[in-house]
Amino acid sequence: MSVRHALLALLSEGPKYGLQLRQEFETRTGDVWPLNVGQVYTTLQRLERDGLVDAEGQEEDSQQKGYRITEQGEEELSAWLRTPPDLSSPPRDELVIKVLVAATLPGVNVHDVIQVHRRYLVELMQQWTHLKEDESQLDLGFVLVVDAELFRLDSVIRWLDAADGRFKRAAVDGQPMPRLPLPKPRRRMGAIT
Amino acid sequence: MNLELQNVSKLYGEGSNEVQALSQVSLRVDTGSLVAVMGPSGSGKSTLLTIAGTLEEPTSGEVLLGGRAVSGLSHNDKARLRRRSIGYVFQDFNLLPGLTALENVSLPLELDGVSAGRARVAAVQAMEQLGVADRERHFPDQLSGGERQRVAIARAVVGERSLLLADEPSGALDSSNAEAVMRLVLAACRRGVAAVVVTHDAQLASWADRVVFLRDGRIVDQTTPPPSPESILSTTGQS
Repeated sequence: MSVRHALLALLSEGPKYGLQLRQEFETRTGDVWPLNVGQVYTTLQRLERDGLVDAEGQEEDSQQKGYRITEQGEEELSAWLRTPPDLSSPPRDELVIKVLVAATLPGVNVHDVIQVHRRYLVELMQQWTHLKEDESQLDLGFVLVVDAELFRLDSVIRWLDAADGRFKRAAVDGQPMPRLPLPKPRRRMGAIT
Repeated sequence: MNLELQNVSKLYGEGSNEVQALSQVSLRVDTGSLVAVMGPSGSGKSTLLTIAGTLEEPTSGEVLLGGRAVSGLSHNDKARLRRRSIGYVFQDFNLLPGLTALENVSLPLELDGVSAGRARVAAVQAMEQLGVADRERHFPDQLSGGERQRVAIARAVVGERSLLLADEPSGALDSSNAEAVMRLVLAACRRGVAAVVVTHDAQLASWADRVVFLRDGRIVDQTTPPPSPESILSTTGQS
């Protein structure tokens, strides 16, 4: 999440002081994202320059200044919330490449390579899941961040499971394994417009 | 109650129809711990569970429950062990349709010779722990999927059960209900039950203290106990 839009979101609740914005930014991101504090103030100055927030008061120190979101700022925030992030597949996914290469190399058991990655991912998921074990300590924002990570890791494991199954069936059917050089990755899909 | 499988193998069929469902499987599950067994369909997960629960006998190898070899027990002793010490949770719940939720939960105790009154008290207690005590008079078809699964878990942990065996316990439940199921299983473990959950679902498995991977009837790998949760937070945000 960009600091810019996080600050606009905080200001959409009502006018706030610079110091207050900094503190709220830190608490609301649940200590999950490390924050460069100086960035909060530089960003506030830029937002003011771009007409997305208005500064109140004459103080030079942006900690003491009050900020209010402008109509243009509200529009910017609303547009940002509805703009899909770039989820189109990266041109080269390292794990996909590793599994494909493992399948091409003589003397390498692709199922063993897949299992190494599967175990690592499940161990990561165990760590994330343990974070939500104590229900009484749970903050909704934090749980959503943990869930997002778990679903992401889970989808990678599902791909590994599917790949495992495909290699197994290919071996039974006598289908050839992929060969080097690997197929060229498809052109990266542009955002839907 | 500790569960231990020592070099357990299971063959079905004969000659050209022979299928090796399990091959030299060794697994130890200590009291108070939750172990998940992950593997694709046909990897032997359900066979492992039915053998651990004494519902089937291994072709070779030994199952030890609380340190006692199951092969040395009589048919009746095994049946008593199943009624008294082992709880099963199945994917499709397996509640008896003609009985109320409460009767379903108290049934294993009554079959074991516990008086109806005592069985009822224990059943209500188990249902309270699982948040379904207000559904005691309902029949299974009057319960939601999540409630049915809670009743099934109550039945599995009622009384003094010390081993909980679950086969895809979240069934077709949505992710929040599936999480609730795993919290219940984990809570039972923290009270001193040993539990084995077999699943193909990594999100369910990630609740376990240890995850064991089964492939073609063999244990091929397992996770190491996860490091402290804080370690993962200190690395987030760097990517």
